Amino acid sequence: MAREIGEPGVAKSSTTKKHKRRKSKKEIKTRTVHANILYDQAKGGDNPNRHYANNKIKTTKYTLLSFIPKNLFEQFHRFANVYFVFIALLNFVPVVNAFQPELALAPVVFILSVTAIKDLWEDYRRHRSDKEINHMDCLVYSRSERQYLECYWKEVCVGDFIRLRCNEILPADVLLLSSSDPDRLCHIETATLDGETNLKQRQVVRSFIDLDTEFDPLKYNSVIECEKPNNDLNRFRGYITHRNGRRDGLYKENLLLRGCTIRNTEEAVGIVIYAGHETKAMLNNSGPRYKRSKLERQMNVDVFWCVVILLVMCLFSAIGHGLWMFQYGDKRPVFDVLSPEGTDLSPVVSAIYLFLTMIIVFQVLIPISLFVSIEIVKICQVYFIHQDADLYDEETDSHLQCRALNITEDLGQMQYIFSDKTGTLTENKMVFRRCIVAGVEYSHDANARRLAMYQEVDSEEDEGLSRGGTLPRKESLTSQHSGGKAVLRSQSTKSHRRTGSRAEAKRASILSKHTAFSSPMEKDITPDPQLRDKVNDCGSQMEFMRFHNQLLSQISPDLQDVFDFFIALTICNTVVVSSPNQPRQKVRRFELKSPVKTIEDFIKRFTPSRLTSASSSSSSTSLATNRSSSHRACSSLLSSPSAESTLARLEEERGATPGIRGALGTTPACPHAGGSVAGGSDEGELRYEAESPDEAALVYAARAYKCSLVGRLADQVTIELPHVGRLSFELLHTLAFDSTRKRMSVVVRNPLTEQITVYTKGADSVIMDLIRPPAADDSKGKRQRKILFKTQNYLNLYGMDGLRTLCIAKRVLSKEQYASWLRRHLEAETAIQGREELLFESALRLETDLHLLGATGIEDRLQDGVPETIAALRRAGLQIWVLTGDKQETAINIAYACKLLDPEEEIITLNADSQEACAVLLDESLHYIQAKFLCSSSADPCAAGVFQPDYATLQFHAPPTSSGTAGPVVVHRLGLVIDGRTLAYALDKSLEDKFLAVARSCRSVLCCRSTPLQKSMVVKLVRDKLKVMTLAIGDGANDVSMIQVADVGVGISGQEGMQAVMASDFALPRFQYLQKLLLVHGHWCYSRLANMILYFFYKNAMFVALIFWYQFYCGFSGSAMIDQWYLIFFNLMFSAFPQLITGTLDKDVSADTLQELPQLYMNGQNSEEYKPYMFWMNMIDAFYQSLVCFFIPYFAYADSDVDLFTWGTPITTLALLTILLHLGIETKTWTWMNWASIAFSIVLFFMVAMCYNASCPTCYSPSNPYWTMQRLLGDPLFYLMCVITPIAALLPRYFYRACQGSLFPSPVQVGRQLDKVPLGLRRHLVNQRTAHRTPLYPLGPPFLKGCSSKITDPYSSNPKQKAQAASPICLKSMEMKDTPGSSKNPVNHLEHHDELSLPSSEIIWLTSTPLMPQMECVQLISPPSGASPGVTYQKNQESLDCPQQNILKQTCGERLSDSPDSQ
Amino acid sequence: MMASSYNAKEEDGHHSGSVGPGGPGTGKSKKPDNTAFKQQRLPAWQPILTAGTVLPAFFAIGLIFIPIGIGLFVTSNNIREFELDYTGVEMSSPCFNCSQTYSWNNSCRCSVPFTLEQPFESNVFMYYGLSNFYQNHRRYVKSRDDSQLNGDKRFLTNPSKECEPYRMNDKMPIAPCGAIANSLFNDTLELYYVYPNGTKTAIHLVKTDIAWWTDKHVKFRNPAGNNDNLTITFQETTNPINWHKPVYELDPTEPDNNGFINEDFIVWMRTAALPTFRKLHRIIQKKDSLTPTLPPGNYTLDIAYNYPVRSFDGRKRMILSTISWMGGKNPFLGIAYITVGSVCFFLGVVLLVIHHKYGNRSSNAEIPN
Repeated sequence: MAREIGEPGVAKSSTTKKHKRRKSKKEIKTRTVHANILYDQAKGGDNPNRHYANNKIKTTKYTLLSFIPKNLFEQFHRFANVYFVFIALLNFVPVVNAFQPELALAPVVFILSVTAIKDLWEDYRRHRSDKEINHMDCLVYSRSERQYLECYWKEVCVGDFIRLRCNEILPADVLLLSSSDPDRLCHIETATLDGETNLKQRQVVRSFIDLDTEFDPLKYNSVIECEKPNNDLNRFRGYITHRNGRRDGLYKENLLLRGCTIRNTEEAVGIVIYAGHETKAMLNNSGPRYKRSKLERQMNVDVFWCVVILLVMCLFSAIGHGLWMFQYGDKRPVFDVLSPEGTDLSPVVSAIYLFLTMIIVFQVLIPISLFVSIEIVKICQVYFIHQDADLYDEETDSHLQCRALNITEDLGQMQYIFSDKTGTLTENKMVFRRCIVAGVEYSHDANARRLAMYQEVDSEEDEGLSRGGTLPRKESLTSQHSGGKAVLRSQSTKSHRRTGSRAEAKRASILSKHTAFSSPMEKDITPDPQLRDKVNDCGSQMEFMRFHNQLLSQISPDLQDVFDFFIALTICNTVVVSSPNQPRQKVRRFELKSPVKTIEDFIKRFTPSRLTSASSSSSSTSLATNRSSSHRACSSLLSSPSAESTLARLEEERGATPGIRGALGTTPACPHAGGSVAGGSDEGELRYEAESPDEAALVYAARAYKCSLVGRLADQVTIELPHVGRLSFELLHTLAFDSTRKRMSVVVRNPLTEQITVYTKGADSVIMDLIRPPAADDSKGKRQRKILFKTQNYLNLYGMDGLRTLCIAKRVLSKEQYASWLRRHLEAETAIQGREELLFESALRLETDLHLLGATGIEDRLQDGVPETIAALRRAGLQIWVLTGDKQETAINIAYACKLLDPEEEIITLNADSQEACAVLLDESLHYIQAKFLCSSSADPCAAGVFQPDYATLQFHAPPTSSGTAGPVVVHRLGLVIDGRTLAYALDKSLEDKFLAVARSCRSVLCCRSTPLQKSMVVKLVRDKLKVMTLAIGDGANDVSMIQVADVGVGISGQEGMQAVMASDFALPRFQYLQKLLLVHGHWCYSRLANMILYFFYKNAMFVALIFWYQFYCGFSGSAMIDQWYLIFFNLMFSAFPQLITGTLDKDVSADTLQELPQLYMNGQNSEEYKPYMFWMNMIDAFYQSLVCFFIPYFAYADSDVDLFTWGTPITTLALLTILLHLGIETKTWTWMNWASIAFSIVLFFMVAMCYNASCPTCYSPSNPYWTMQRLLGDPLFYLMCVITPIAALLPRYFYRACQGSLFPSPVQVGRQLDKVPLGLRRHLVNQRTAHRTPLYPLGPPFLKGCSSKITDPYSSNPKQKAQAASPICLKSMEMKDTPGSSKNPVNHLEHHDELSLPSSEIIWLTSTPLMPQMECVQLISPPSGASPGVTYQKNQESLDCPQQNILKQTCGERLSDSPDSQ
Repeated sequence: MMASSYNAKEEDGHHSGSVGPGGPGTGKSKKPDNTAFKQQRLPAWQPILTAGTVLPAFFAIGLIFIPIGIGLFVTSNNIREFELDYTGVEMSSPCFNCSQTYSWNNSCRCSVPFTLEQPFESNVFMYYGLSNFYQNHRRYVKSRDDSQLNGDKRFLTNPSKECEPYRMNDKMPIAPCGAIANSLFNDTLELYYVYPNGTKTAIHLVKTDIAWWTDKHVKFRNPAGNNDNLTITFQETTNPINWHKPVYELDPTEPDNNGFINEDFIVWMRTAALPTFRKLHRIIQKKDSLTPTLPPGNYTLDIAYNYPVRSFDGRKRMILSTISWMGGKNPFLGIAYITVGSVCFFLGVVLLVIHHKYGNRSSNAEIPN
């Protein structure tokens, strides 16, 4: 019930509006659909439907003919491609050409064709899937054959009649004209559209409801007028005009959408309204989005720098050439060849020509193959992520899906995680845990043990933990709650570890394939013996009394409460029952009756005679076989019919004879129903299909006590009670759940007492307020008060235990009360304006003066490993925000359970009613945070003045662990809880900065009751304002907007279906896989790609620089000593494979270590593998290496008879060897593939060179390298150079890496060293490190020692804490200087200034762990009036005072590394 | 949306059990294979670069390189080499007069005396060296027609466009065309041994086998036809502008060394890599094992000074050199090896210090006990 129902609509509303606006511009607003059978297919000319799209779908982009031009056109949208083509074309200009023009085209053609092949393949896959879909079968009515014939989907046209059978998928958008269901309903499952697995009812068009006979397409002669195709799934308007001129409205309840599955309905017939691409499903199908990763953005900056370097080099050469020409003056040297026309070129003109030539020669500097290589590597990375067995979920037999191929490396750079709660952190499997009935708590220990058992079956690893968890649970009986608070907490979190053994789960998933929310864990509930006894007791008493015709009111109120409690559990819901024998077949109804819809109806039904008649009847009082009334029946779930139809019903109702009903009133309990459910006692076979898991959980719980729901019809609910047997309750009204009321009610007539009873179920906060205050004095009142008090106490405990609480209450209405209520309710129902509000008020009127029956505690079980995952992610430096639509209490409970909130943390709760109040609240909390954690910057020992200089000097060598982009991240041990309404105010432009300032300084943020739109706004705000990388994870349709806004969207392919998955970039089966996805794969992908990109820049720069140096020795003439073939294919062939292998397979740290030390993730967050300076360092290294590679051959061959290309080929070889060995230094793991690829590259180069140099003596002008390589291979000098040059070139880098590894190893390097340690020892080390918080850095750099010694710390005598202070993470918080927003307003600046001097965590006087976490929290709640908001500091300890502040100042230096702590 | 969901189902094996008529009955698991490759657990060598681990490499490189370097240095020093600049820049130089002209083929002669202090054993190679001559200029390098030089008849009379503006002369195709051929080095060098009594003996200079074998026999070929009479073969062509004789008269003494397969021509056509270069001109063959090929003493170099270098401030040299297995005299590689070896050794020591100072602490911190 508490699920986020109805929220998807909010997100859609904006698109709907847009759509409407667009629509209104169109001239013709409607489409008219006639039946096709009226027209001969042969002459389709006069068929009015012929203009509509047919059902053939085509999602391919290209056809055979259009592929090449269209694909090229698309590829040229990429700037790089245009550039390369430009250069290739430049080569065709004779004056400036550098290479053979045809050859220069080769790389471009290669790149374009690789991309084209990829596109072609993707398109082919689309084509195949299209074909598969187009060739699915369905039954279409054929005019000539006069029956339904099998047809392919693609042959279906608008206006065709289609017969649909159970479990078939709808081929098009179909208007429902007939259904085999007696209610003329058709159930569909829309999982593929919106992911909701529950069944939805669709209704036959009103004019066809009354048809008694089977629908005959030949008799159909109506015209449908409806909207133009649009993409709004929740909207359909139109009307159908019959031959007789009668018009009927068409609503979305009449439309079956393409892609949905027919369920529970044997057969349905409909007419196609929209087909193919005009169906709503297809119109919703937007193509994949292109996201560009952060790394790529960074890379593009450096590509730009490459262009600058290129231009500088070209300009330099051009000027050099001009000067060189100029020095000869008029003396024409023989080697200065005239232009082809024989004219002399002036130095200036030659310089200009040369500039262009150099652009061609140096084009390699812009890494042409980089883009292709990155794509290839990313595809491989995606493949490996996809193949990871750890990310495979056996239960659902699904593994991770990467839907976005180009942002894998972003996974390694996340800074903020925004998570949904229900279904993401939790399983969305509601398990009944405990209940309170009439003030008595039934703890269901056996159930708890059973749940615990699910865990024990699992791995041995968890054994100790889960045992530790279950043991105290056994003790925690009802009486022990007061003392057992802390224990309870630890259990509840531990018990969330595992939901069940894998095998069990798998079996469950097979069993429950057709029914949502019914895994054995949810279904099998072990009843509490005490309560079961009571239920039995109650049942037998009831039986006895009924037998003796006594009044039921004589039962003790206790037992009556128990009885009512279970009735409420069973009937106060919208669960649909289906029987197993015919899958998805609804239990047939034999008693038919519509809910009370009119006053007349009411009067008829509740005549005095009838009220007295059947008090002992076990069945419902009436059994009507009135077919017409049954056909008319309209489920109350559906929107109310128009006033017109109510009138019609009124008249028909009048015609019905009450006598029949009265006569049949005493018929024993529905024999037919019992008959249809074969072996009805075996109620385990019944399937419950609930809209929300909570409902299912309650129904299953009731069933455990033998109170089971047997059947639910539109107007009646049949249940079975122990001893009593089957009872049919007449269902008068269902007041559906809504999020403002936070409750739902059913109004039934109790067949035993004939009382009209309202059963209400809802959030405890609302229900408790609606309870009728007990009478003052009498014993009953006292008892009531006691019950209320006890219940409230237990509810609080439940809440702390992380259970979802629901209160159950009832109200008995007198006939008069009901009549008066009904009158106004009917008025509300028929009202045209403000119906919603009127209905709402009507519901409020009904749900008052309730009598509390009890309360339930449902466990929304956390998914496996959620607390561990959150702890690990947090240690990895990720900020985790939970955005949920759930209510505040539940959200907080779950947050505690999954360790998002820590009991030691203070919680700031923001609840405001108005903009102003919100502003004040934010100010207050900012001040509070400052006051609490303030140490004035001047007195602060860790102020910038002391540490900053030290740090700055070493910054270059030691990769800083600070988060460079995130600005100051001062995370206090604070939790922020904000509700949806306040969030709306806080997200306002004027307040968002303040909100962020508050939220950022909190360790965890919890947004409750937030709408999908708010979720996306929060993500957007954080992403844009803080300039951080954001990840949004969610499972439901309400998370879609958030997923789309975030840099990386992750969908949980859980129970809520596909909507989130469709919008996501990655789809995970479970939340806990996020840990490996981010910490391991993200880290790897990022570090691999970052290293590869840097390597690419290096490689190209190094290669091009060789030619640049040569320009000094060839008169800047643009001559290249490297053969043009080598020059062009160097990147594409010779040096391509090793880097691809390394880019795909290299692991800087092993997966185990990455998961054991989540801190290593910060490496990616801070972009440490690829910082701007690294590009320049690599460039400098590249220039150095190219100098070595150039000048060693230069001097070795100085003043010799070597010719141009015999000299250039060794240089190429040396460059290749150097480049490959350079990669070798950067490669961290050498698998056989690395060896093979490097060997392959070298061999390939020599083979190609040999073949090339032996192939043609006259070709390949001008280099004409005939026999060069062969001759070189006979030259000892060549080998001597091959040995010395790479070594000399790589010496500095190798030396630097070695020194870095010893002197100031990065965390990643330490992690790598840990890899070497044997597993057992490593685990010991890691644990030790975690436990004792020894710094991660074994070699505390000297300056850190100095840092810690400067801290005078009289309070802490603990040497460990000094070590902590020395940990580099201490630097992190000090290093922050500036924020983007700080310059904007001075106040803000001050705040930030204060913030950076705040201690990050662990204040000494907070160490006494409070037992009740909620006890210490700051309630910032503004009074509704909007007057001065009250700030309540609820704490065990007194709030700040001066001495404490002094302590704070002193302890400031003790920045505790918040990374390895995990209490 | 639906189509993509189907795609997802098809491609990624998304298993939504409730979709599809007939229900899902296939029990095929999508579980990824547990192979070392797919799980990225390939056995791998994981070198960790720290002072301790790379130490041996540095010392090894040092220890290997220094001896090699010494060996190379000694080898290079054993090579005899003599260089004679005969450009005639100084007034005192015998060729000063000849050098003053900018024109080709001024048929000026001069002779430069020189003394060899040490005997040249084994074969002696005679090079001519040019400085400041940019044979590697981009447009110069391109200015040739390999097909013509390979004896292709079609290109003989219709040379490639690349040869422009040295393609046609007076409407006659130039053979060999192009700027490289046009600027052929055309000094004639003759070497005389001057006995102490003053008499001069010409030293026999071998003019064959100075080009690459493949060039002479594969790349360069005279146009097919009557090989005996190259005059007829080349009759429709004209000689390059700077030449004073046609290509078939390059070597009047030996018919096999004429036309495109003249070895001096072939050597010239192999464009030098750097602006200062030498090209093999002649070989002085060792006569017998007893006497050195070139005994110490006085020599005279007789030069037919045709080639102008003043326009580009060039220098012309005559070089006599013996060669070893590693080619001509060049101490660079030896020095380079010694230097790199020493640097490695030094860095090795530095690393050793680092290792001793910090490495222990590192391992202590890493591994207790």
